[in-house]
Formats: sequence, C-alpha cells, structure tokens
Amino acid sequence: MADSVRVYLWLISAAIRAQLEYRVSFALDVIGMFLVTFLDFVAVLVIFHNVPQLGSFTVAEVAFVYALSAMSFALAEFAVGHLDALSEMVRTGSFDVMLARPRGTLFQVLAADFRVRRLGQLLQGAAVFVYAVGALDVPWNAARIAMVVVTVLFGAAIFSAVWVFVICVVFWAIEGREASSAFTYGGQFLTQFPIEIYSQWLRRFLAYLVPMAFVSYFPSLYMLDKEDPLGLPSFLRFSAPIVAVGAAIVAGAMWRFAVRHYRSTGG
Amino acid sequence: MIEVEHLEKRFVAWQKRGVLRRERREVPAVDDLTFSVAGGTVCGYIGPNGAGKSTTVKMLTGILVPSAGRVAVGGLEPSRQRIKLARRIGTMFGQRVQLWWDLPLIDSFELLRHIYRVPAARFRENLATFRELLELDPFLQTPVRQLSLGQRVRGELTAVMLHDPEVLFLDEPTIRLDVDAKERVREFLTEVNRERGVTVLLTTHDLADIERLCNRILMIDRGRLIYDGDVDDLLARYGGERTLVVDLEEPVAPLEVPGARVERVDGPRQWLRFRRDETSAAAVTAAVAQRAKLVDLALEEPDIEEVVRRIYTSQPRESQPPRSSLL
Repeated sequence: MADSVRVYLWLISAAIRAQLEYRVSFALDVIGMFLVTFLDFVAVLVIFHNVPQLGSFTVAEVAFVYALSAMSFALAEFAVGHLDALSEMVRTGSFDVMLARPRGTLFQVLAADFRVRRLGQLLQGAAVFVYAVGALDVPWNAARIAMVVVTVLFGAAIFSAVWVFVICVVFWAIEGREASSAFTYGGQFLTQFPIEIYSQWLRRFLAYLVPMAFVSYFPSLYMLDKEDPLGLPSFLRFSAPIVAVGAAIVAGAMWRFAVRHYRSTGG
Repeated sequence: MIEVEHLEKRFVAWQKRGVLRRERREVPAVDDLTFSVAGGTVCGYIGPNGAGKSTTVKMLTGILVPSAGRVAVGGLEPSRQRIKLARRIGTMFGQRVQLWWDLPLIDSFELLRHIYRVPAARFRENLATFRELLELDPFLQTPVRQLSLGQRVRGELTAVMLHDPEVLFLDEPTIRLDVDAKERVREFLTEVNRERGVTVLLTTHDLADIERLCNRILMIDRGRLIYDGDVDDLLARYGGERTLVVDLEEPVAPLEVPGARVERVDGPRQWLRFRRDETSAAAVTAAVAQRAKLVDLALEEPDIEEVVRRIYTSQPRESQPPRSSLL
C-alpha cells in the first residue's frame, strides 16, 4: 500500500513535469478553464437573480450546494479526469504496455496524468463557497467545518467512482467516450441544483441510483440546518463516506470485469 | 521456459448482413499451436503479416487471454498471474513507445525502477552496464520525443532489461532502423543472452536478424506452426537466392562469376543472384572486383514472405513432411 502511494506520487510528479514542458499552453489552459467556469456561474446568478427562490432554497443556499459540488468535481477531475484518454490508450496500444507491467491497470491509468490545469475550476468553486458562506448565516462549529472537508473529499471519491464505472464502456466500444462523458458531465450539472426541483422519478434515480446527491445535497442540508423538503430520512446526510466506499467497490469490480472482457476480445 | 499447448485465439468479427443485421463470426488468429522453448534460447518467431505472431506474444505476456489451450512462461500462467509474470519478463513492442515521451530518458528508467521495485543498488549496477554497452550517455538527459529512432530503441532496450528479466519478448525490435542501429541491437541481444542467460523470443521480418541472432526458428502462417527447427537448415532449404547489387565504374558486359548469375543489368549496375549453399557474398564480391572496378555494393536478402512461399511450394500441405523438423 505504502509502496503504491509512493509509486503513484512518482508517476504523478512525472506527469506534471511533462505538462510543464509546455508552459504557455499550460497557463492558457488554466486561464481558459477559469473563465469558462466563471461565466458558467454568472449564468446561474442571472437565473437566480430573477427567480429569488428555487423550491425552498434561497440563492445563497443554492450557491452553497453548487460550490460543494464544484469543488468535489474539480478534485475528481484532478485525479481521474484523464480517463477521457482511455479510448486513446486502448486504440494506440499504450494500454497493452500497461498490461505488460507489474501493476494494476486502473492504478496505471490513473497515475498516467494529473490535470493540474483544472485548478481554475477548483478556485472558482472555492470562490462561490466563500460567497455563499458570507451570504448565509451558517451556525459554524467544529463538526460543520469537518463536514465540509469530508463532504468535498468523499464527494470527489463518488464522482471518481461514477467516472471509472462509466468509462468502462470504452472496452466494449472504443469510441464510447462521447456517450459516457454526456453522462458524467450531465451528472455534475444536476448536482449543482437542489434535487427537489427535479421530478419525482428523476429524484429517486438521483438519490438512490446515482449516488451523486450525496456529493452535496444531503450534506448541505446538515450544514445549513434545513429540513429536507422531500422528507427523506436524516441519516442520509451523513452517509456520503459509506456511499463513496460502496461506489468505489462497484467501480473497481466493473473495471476488472471490463478489462477481462478486453483481454479476451483483443480490443 | 516457454510452453504452449494447443493454444488457440479466436476473435469475433461482425459481418454486415443487410442494413441493421450483422452476423457474428469467429476468426481464428492462432490455431492449435504447440511448442516449447528451453531457457537460454534465442528463438525467432516469424511469419508473414497477420500470421498471428503478435497475438501469440500477447498471450505469452498475459495481455490477452487464450480462447483455448495452455500457456506457461517460467512456470506461470500469463493471463492469471500477469503481475507476477511481468516482474520476470521484459516486453518490447517495436512500434510503441514505452518511455515517457516528454521527459529526459533517465527519468523513464527511474520511474521503471519504482514500478518494478528494482533494488537501488541493482538498478545502479544495471544502468551503468547498459549505459556503456549501448552508449546512452550523450542523450541520457534528452527528452525522449527528441531522440532519433535508433537512440529511442537503445533506450527501450535498457528499459526492458533494468529489472533483470529472465525472458525477453521483442516484437519487431529492429523495424525501420538503419543498418548501424540494427547491428547495435543485435550485438546487445547477443550480449544479454550470453552474459545473463536471458531467453529471447523475437518476431521479425528481417532475415539478417534471424541469421545473426537466433538458434531456433518457429515459423507460423495463418495461426499455425509451419516450421520448427534450426536456422541454418531453414535458410539452406528455403532461404532462396540472395542478390548482390554492384555499382561498377562503367557499364560492362554481364559479369561471369562462378556460382552466381547476372539477373539484370542497368548501365553500370548489375544484379547477381546466388545460392547461399553454393557460394558466399564475400566470394562473389571478390570475383566481381577482379573483373571490374567496383564503386558500391549492396546485399539483398529474400524476405520472410518468400521463405514462406518456398516452404509451401516445396512441401505441399497435404503430404507428410519427410523431416521431423517440419510440421
């Protein structure tokens, strides 16, 4: 385990050094990403400016939910965002190179890159968070502060697990990447808004099937000290770590199954 | 060291039948392959394009799972014990870069040391050996993307040897290299086989690789083994005729050289064909030099496809081969 962490850090630092070989493109990427996500947020503000209340949530409360989700998503992108490149790896044969090495394939794929350029998104999420906290009157205490950290970290783990699960499509259809990114990016878009505004079936789907509600919605209810307008049981507010572990186990199993399929079809 | 029994690999191909209907069809890439390779052998694994060479190598290294049959490398089953096996073998794909493209060459070695858990002292020792043997020092600090193909292959060879593998699987290690670089690769492989007892299985299209390196040949075609035996025998029987191309100072009448015949004349250039069991390239060259002023020369070997064709024409598939080395 300690050895794997060390090797992961070695490989990640190599990937970052490789990115820094192209300094200008790196800087432009960070700036570009920041601008895009900022405009995204402005668009959300414009909507809420005209609709001061969304369900039983105020603008600041929505911003709070959005910020937690955005920070988790940015962290997940750092760690697993380059799964996008998996179909490329399979197609060019660099996935075969990984199979020839004495390490797990998911480990090697994840360690192959680290999207530092997504820093813009993390900063943007943090900025919205600061704004929301300033506008809200959150009864802060040690438990709530810890909850923010736990929520963001396990939220990132949940996003990552969903991502790994969905990208496995690539092993069946090398060009399946488009289909799966519609799912993950769409998923992030959904968690940016309180799930109350979605219709009944979609709400169930989100809360129970897709674990993304745990990324920000349930924890936010706790931190904002709100009643769940949907009346769901209150233990859900603290279930993010369990959901994250469960999602990781399912995603890992799916990955192994998909790679076995790949190895017996020859891609 | 390597054992293969009734190995099969079938790929599924979908064939279009009408607008939406597709028909599932299984295409055998490797078909009932049986052979074994003893430790310390340098074995050439050859055959025409699409014969199933790479598929076999992928099954031997655990990258693909066989459809049927049994494979063992160093006593391990590759597809089930992939990670364990990977520590004991080295795999090099001629067409794919295994090094870190944007980083200095030395960094790739350092990363592989961690991936393979090579003890620091052993790593230093090996690196020192290969730096000298392959003359890596001039480009050790150069990013891999800036290396010439020859330099990169030298880097790749070092990379696969750092963890002291017992078996090397090399897929077209000399492809697209110039003569000088090819020679370096061959010298290196001869050296690691002799000094370290490394077993080598290499696929190649270059008959010169086989002549220089291999003491055993496995030839496959359409997924089936068609020849298993030593190199001299293969070349003598099916190696075909070699061609010496000579550029003379001025055009002369077709040269008369014992054991060779002029096949073509184009101004001052002549093509002389000869059989390798009748005379040697050196003898033909010397004879030409005696008769005319020689400016330049080149030796052309028959290609693998021609050897395969000869095996078929001299040995109809249906009839029983007279020698045990012919399957």
